[in-house]
This record gives sequence, structure tokens and C-alpha cells, in this order.
Amino acid sequence: MAFNTIAGAARALRDGRVTSVGLAEQVLERTSMVEAQLHAYLTLDTDGLMAAAARADEDLAAGKDLGPLHGIPIAVKDNMTTRGMETTAGSRILSGYVPPYDATAVERLRDAGALIAGKTNLDEFAMGSSTENSAFGPTRNPWNTDRVPGGSSGGSAAAVAAGMALGGLGSDTGGSIRQPASLCGVVGAKPTYGAVSRYGLIAFASSLDQIGPIAHRVEDAALLLDAIGGHDPLDSTSYPGEIEPSGARLDGGLDGIRVGVARRLGGADAVEPDVEAAFDRTLAAMERAGAVTLDVDLTSTEQGLSAYYLIAPAECSANLARFDGVRYGLRVDGATTEQMMSRSRADGFGPEVTRRVLLGTFALSAGYHEAFYGQAQKVRTLIREDFARAYRQCDVLVSPTSATTAFPLGDRTEDPLSMYVSDVFTIPSNLAGHPAISVPIGLDRHDLPIGFQVMAPALEEAVMFQVAAGVESLAGFDTTVPFDPACGLRGGVR
Amino acid sequence: MTWEAVIGLETHVELSTESKMFCGCPARFDAEPNTNICPVCLGLPGALPVPNRGAINRIMQIGLALNCSVTRRPVFHRKNYFYADLPKNYQISQFDLPVCVDGYLEVGGDDPVRIGIERVHQEEDTGKSTHRGGDGRISAAEYSLLDFNRSGVPLVEIVTRPDIRSAAQARAYAQELRLLVEALRVSDARLEEGSIRFDANVSVRPGPEAPLGTKVEIKNMNSFRSLERAVSYEIERQTARLSTGQGIVMETRHWDEEAGVTRGGRIKEGSSDYRYFPDPDLVPMELDHDWEARMAALLPELPSVRRARYEEMGVDAAQAAVLVGAEAGLAQLFEDATQAGADPAQAANWATGEVVATLRKAGVPSVGESSLAGPSLAELLGMIRQGALSGTAAREVLAGVIAGEGSPAEVAASRDLLQISDTGLLESVVDELIAANPDEFARLKDGERKLVGFFVGQVMRHTRGKADPKLAGSLITERAGF
Ligand SMILES: [Zn+2]
Repeated sequence: MAFNTIAGAARALRDGRVTSVGLAEQVLERTSMVEAQLHAYLTLDTDGLMAAAARADEDLAAGKDLGPLHGIPIAVKDNMTTRGMETTAGSRILSGYVPPYDATAVERLRDAGALIAGKTNLDEFAMGSSTENSAFGPTRNPWNTDRVPGGSSGGSAAAVAAGMALGGLGSDTGGSIRQPASLCGVVGAKPTYGAVSRYGLIAFASSLDQIGPIAHRVEDAALLLDAIGGHDPLDSTSYPGEIEPSGARLDGGLDGIRVGVARRLGGADAVEPDVEAAFDRTLAAMERAGAVTLDVDLTSTEQGLSAYYLIAPAECSANLARFDGVRYGLRVDGATTEQMMSRSRADGFGPEVTRRVLLGTFALSAGYHEAFYGQAQKVRTLIREDFARAYRQCDVLVSPTSATTAFPLGDRTEDPLSMYVSDVFTIPSNLAGHPAISVPIGLDRHDLPIGFQVMAPALEEAVMFQVAAGVESLAGFDTTVPFDPACGLRGGVR
Repeated sequence: MTWEAVIGLETHVELSTESKMFCGCPARFDAEPNTNICPVCLGLPGALPVPNRGAINRIMQIGLALNCSVTRRPVFHRKNYFYADLPKNYQISQFDLPVCVDGYLEVGGDDPVRIGIERVHQEEDTGKSTHRGGDGRISAAEYSLLDFNRSGVPLVEIVTRPDIRSAAQARAYAQELRLLVEALRVSDARLEEGSIRFDANVSVRPGPEAPLGTKVEIKNMNSFRSLERAVSYEIERQTARLSTGQGIVMETRHWDEEAGVTRGGRIKEGSSDYRYFPDPDLVPMELDHDWEARMAALLPELPSVRRARYEEMGVDAAQAAVLVGAEAGLAQLFEDATQAGADPAQAANWATGEVVATLRKAGVPSVGESSLAGPSLAELLGMIRQGALSGTAAREVLAGVIAGEGSPAEVAASRDLLQISDTGLLESVVDELIAANPDEFARLKDGERKLVGFFVGQVMRHTRGKADPKLAGSLITERAGF
């Protein structure tokens, strides 16, 4: 029997129905069958995983129980540092780079007894929405291998969806957890900015980046988030107070919950009919379950995409300046230090990263700073105010996670703008610093998963997970990827 | 035409905190290369800065001592530029909201001038490059070595308004600022070691009403003397060019100590574009009134106040300046001696004169490292006043005390230096000498007064220098019947 939920596996471990070694073997066996098709992992730590699983079993047998993640294999996006394990951020410039320290989120996973199965693929430096921008080749969608898994946390989403780990960590700057979770038919949450330490997360846009969980069930996502969250003195932007545990109200139901419907969030248009229909069905079911829905006006979020594409590149232009060939990573020699630096960067960065670094450098340069970066910050303030107004009338906001289901590889790579629009529903939460979660609610006519986004005010994760759990149970969606041991995963053309 | 120089100084002070500005590494950079480093100060992927409150405390003290106001919510900005010893290729610095703004420092003794302080801001230091091969400069080097021990050490930058008008004034400001920083105990403030560094912006204009001329930045001045020389040279250079109708190029020039000239280098095209923006890794600090008050309460007596106090005690202005300006131990010696009853004017005179000279002769680097303490100096000065020691003997006693031979009384006794001030004892010596030199005494009686000196000399020789020469002189003139 295969386990694909953390909570289920945790119960089975304690009932003696399975061992941690058994879970690790299950994950490795599945990986050996599908990884060649998916390319979800950049590093698979088979030996480390098996050794850690054996230790976890010993500890549990000796009565040392570290909690629900004890002995559970987890996949970590390759932009979080892992001590002694290669960490590339999906970039050639960090190929072969082995960090001397664990990211706080990784350290907390280990402290909670979780096993790090490996490091997952991503768009280079988390810049992208399809995982096609990885320097090490794209990841494919386990529901249909001709399709993208979304991005940038496409590796973690695909790995979790395909059973190559029971849970995963992603990072979300403009939707990079929620959009791939939606496209891969799993749950993905971006916490409140500051709820999870960014220490050890290779920065893309520091004021927007957040680490968050990816899992099959809302409950599992809450377990992961509660393990990695909480104040960290190493991150000055980490929230210093207590936050109600995410999983505190999972059984709270939907009765009386005021739900703001943000159907056109971010100025979204061209929502696929199947996505819109599934969204409406879910709304109707929520109403039947006692939720009160109302339409909300979030007009300022229409500027969100433009503001995001100034703020994120501006911050990334400085964050990525450190990759210069001097101290670590790729070095391409040159006649002068400057030439060595510029050659290393030119060879080390892919086209999307280069585009954003240039865009950000321009947006911050003298004479343009106010018109671009300054203006974008003002939009950000307006969006926060708009959200605050909306939350005076409702407890949560909902929208589709993505206007479309998984699109074919190569479909949007020629036109960066079409790719940028992939994140129109998810970006506003990053700009506001609010939590948001994607829950799978069904399949479209091509058997591709559809996601439903629940957003909440800052630090209201418990309410958000409560509503997400309600939506999950209403949808009754089976997150198990169709898999035929004889011929593997499905391709769209077949 | 009278040309007027307009000078502004930018001073970098390295703070003597235990740890670095944004990580827990020791802020000591004299260790083995790359030993005091961590992911944060190496700029490793994923590392994040956490501000050092100790450094913020120190910069507030500097600002308050410079009469600045404290910004309630100062902001750290990223200053972006690529350089091999700058690990993140941006420096965390401050831009429009520095910790302290709008102060002044008074310099120049009798006719003091207020030099306006525009801002006092916090930033982090870079690593250190050493270029190997060629002439040691980066352009011709075969390779470079990087040491990141200094990377992230807290720096404070103090920027004046363009209020300085001469090279001497620039030097006076720099010296006063160093004294201030030293008094605050926030930095080692050593020029030779680079823990305090000065850059000067110099321009020249045809008179005080004229608009400001093109300014040139001068770097690489490693002493107060070279600062004064460099600024002075630059004023002359610019004046000469302007007087002959030549223009001034906006540039950074380096002071060449040996040649005594400034040399042009990088030409500045406008101001460099550092693309400042608020560092999203750091939240704005809240420097509230309580915090400010705590820092204000920590301020010690500032050098200017201390000088005024010494002068009020009766110390000569120049000596007061020396006492405050010298190593801290000397002023302490003075304070302790007066505390022990010494006359302030005499104590200052001795401390700044004989004590300094004797220490130097003995090769002792500071008062603190000698056996001389305030009470001993007071005792010595008391013995002089009571006539127990001649000036010459007192200098010898001082040398003995500094050499660790004991208290002044003990040294005077053991070296047999106590003065004979007993009239009866000296009278018999004088009479003996008059009898032995009848001719000279006769000439003295006839009015050849300079022979008093001869007899005093004889007395001194006879007593091996221990006689009180004044007393001996008066006894001789008395015998001669004057
Ligand atoms: Zn450090």
C-alpha cells in the first residue's frame, strides 16, 4: 500500500504498519519509475535518505518521537541551502556549489525529524512560471508529461504529485508555490511575509519571497508550515510574535465564513471556461455549506503585475550581484577582474535572469528610479489598502489560482509577457504580504488539475487553512496521479 | 582677485564593536586572513544581515557628541557597485535617512569656527585586496588575494558641510574629530591603521559670494600632516589653474606623500549611480526618545568641555590643549595629581613638559606603562615648593620614579638629592669658602657683584648640588654687606 499523505503515513508509522525505511523505499522506487520522464529532482540523496530513515526508525523505536514529520521524506526546492548538499538555484552559475549551512526552514525540517530526499528543479533563481527556465532542463507535469508543471517550484510540485516525496518545500515570490501546485493538482501555500524565515533561501526578491509547503492534503501543508514557521533571529524581517498554528482550525468548517469573491483579481481576463466553471461549482458548494459570498472590488490589483515586474527585478538586480565568479560558483577567466566578472555572469545566467537583472538595474537607475521603482512602491501601498478594505467585509478572499491549467512545454517561452501573465491571480498576495493557498478542486476537459485560491489577511493562516480544508472536502478531489506501472505517466499525445 | 577655498571632509571611523555590523563574527581584522568570516559577511547565497545594536549605540553617541539630531526611523539602503572585495557587490549603507543629521563641531582655539555636520551614517566595511605581481596595483597584478576579515566591520561616515576654508582648518577639524571619537571610546581611532580615514572635497572660487567651483575629491591621506599638505597643495593647484584660465576636472585625486602632490585618476562623470534603494532584508529601526536619552547619558566629558575646565583651573590654554590632545594617560595623570593637591598650573607644566620628555628619553610609550601616578607627581611638586628639591634634582627624582625606583621621597633619599635648606648648615659652608678664597671675597666686597655667582657655584660644588642656591646666594650677599 502506498502512502501519499503525511498525516496518514505518520499514523501508520506509529501503528507499526510501515517504517520510515519503508516510506523512503516507496519514494525511491516511485522516483526510479518516473524521474526519467519528469526530471523533478536536481539532486536525489538516495544514501542520505536511507541512512536518515534508518535512524528515524531507531529513534521512534527507542521512544524518541519528534512529531508528525518524524521519518517522512520531503523534497526541498533547490534554492534553499542544504549543508553539504549541492544547491544550484537552477542556475549554471551555482553548478557544483555546496553550501556550508542549512537554511533555517531546512534545519527546522530536520529538527522535526523529516528526511530530506533531495533538491528539486526550479526556474533559474525562481524566475519563471513553468520550470522551463532551469539551466538543467525542464520538469514535466506528472498529469501529462507534455505539459509544464508550472513554476518556479515545479520540481517540488511534480515530485509531491507523483509520489516522489510525501511533501515538499517551495518558495513563492509571485505565485511560485501556488501556481505549480494548481497545475500539478496538489496543495501549495504561501505564508504571511515574515512567517517563515528566509535565512538560507537564495534571494530572488527579498520583500516578496516566502518559503511554504506543498503536499497532497491541506492538513499536511499545515503540518509542514507549522514545523518550519516561527521567529528566526537570523532573519530581520521574520515576524517576532506568536502566530496561531496553521492547523488549529482545520475542522472549523465553512458555516458563517464570509467569502469575498475576487474573480477578476489582478485584472485577470481570459480565464479558461473549465477553470471558471470549476470555480463557480466550488463557490456554490461553499454557500451550501454555510459560507456567505460577496463580490469585492480590488481594482488596484490590476496594477499589480506591472508593479511586481518592477519591484521584483529591482531587488533581484542587487540580490544577484553577488554571483560574480570571485568567491564561489562558475568563474570564466578574463584579462581583468571586471572582465572575469562580466564573463562569469554572462555565461552563468540564463536569458530570463539576464532580462530581469537588466530590467531591475534600469528601474533603479538615476532619472528612472522614481518613475519606475518609486511608482511601483506606491501601487504596492494602494494594493495593501484595497485588501484591508476588502477584509473589513470578509474573512477570506477567493479566486482561481491560475487562469489556465497546465500548458504545453514551449507554449509561452517565446513571449515573456504571456508567461508573466500566468501569475496574475497570485501576485497581489505577495505584494500585500498576505498568506494564500491553492487547493485542487477538479480536472478540466483534458484531465488537467484546476486550483482554487484562498487568501487571508496577514497572520490569519489558521482561518485560511480552515477554509482551504473545507474546500478540499467539498471538492473531494483525488490527488493521485494516474500511473500505469507498465508504461509510466501519461503523455498528452497518447 | 582673492581666491577662496571651499573644503568639506568625509571621515570614515571604524567602530570598535565586539562583532561585525550584520553578523556575529569578531570585528577584528588583524587575525589570519579569512578566519573571522561567516556566510553573512562572505555574501554566501541565502545569508541575511541582522543589525548590531552595539554599533547603532555608538553611532548615536557620535552624532549626539556632534550636536546632531537623531532620525527616529533611519533606513538602511543598498549602495550598488561591483568590486571584488565587496562580497555582495552592494554595500549596506544609508541614503536619505541616516542615523544622525544636522550637527556641528567647533574647532580652532581662541577664534573658534563651527564646522557644520551634514550627516552621520552607518555602513559596513569591505574586505581587503592584496594584488600580487607587477607593481602591486590591480592593473598590472598577476592575481589578487582577498581577505574578508574586515568585510562587514561597522563603519561610521561623518560628512561635513563645505564650511572649511583652509588646509589648517581642515587639519584642526580632523584632529578635533579624532579626539572626540577617542573620548567616546567608540573606535581605536588610529590613522596609521586606517581605523579613521579622511577624504577631502576641495574646490576654489573667486571670493565668498561666487558660486561653488568644481570640486575634486582627495584620498589616501594617512596622517593629519598629509591631510593638511594635500589640501594645501590642491588649493594651490586649483588656484593656479583658475588664475591662468584653465578649468578644473571633477575627479578623484590621490595624495602622493613622497612627491608631495595629488595625482589624478578616475574621472567622475557626474556622480556615480549607485542605484540606492532601501534594503528589503532590514526593517527600519525605531530610535525613540528613550534610546536617545540612554545614549546621551553615556556621553563622557567632551574634549572642548575638558579644555575649558582645565583653563578655568588655571592651566595655560596651549598646555590644556596638549593635555586633552595627548594620550589619555597624560590627562589622567594631571587630573589625579591635582586631585592629590598639586597646583594645576604647575602640574600641567610638568605633565606636558618634563613628564613627556622623561618618558620619551626612557623609551616608555605611555604614562600608563610607567610607574608614575598622579599622587607621586603631586608629591614631587610639593617637594619642589617646600624647597626640598632643586629643579635639577626634581628632574632626576622624576626619572627615578618613572624607572620604578620608588616614591619621590624614597628616590630623593636613596639618590641623595635632598636640598640643604638648613640656614645654619649652609652658613658654615659659606664661611668656610670665604676663608678659603679671601681675594675673591675682597673683590666682591669692593663691589664686583658677579662674584656672587662664583661663590654660589663653589657652594653647590661643595654640597654636590644639594644646596638651595637661592639661600646660598642670599647668605653670601649678606656676608659681603650688601
Ligand atoms: Zn560574519
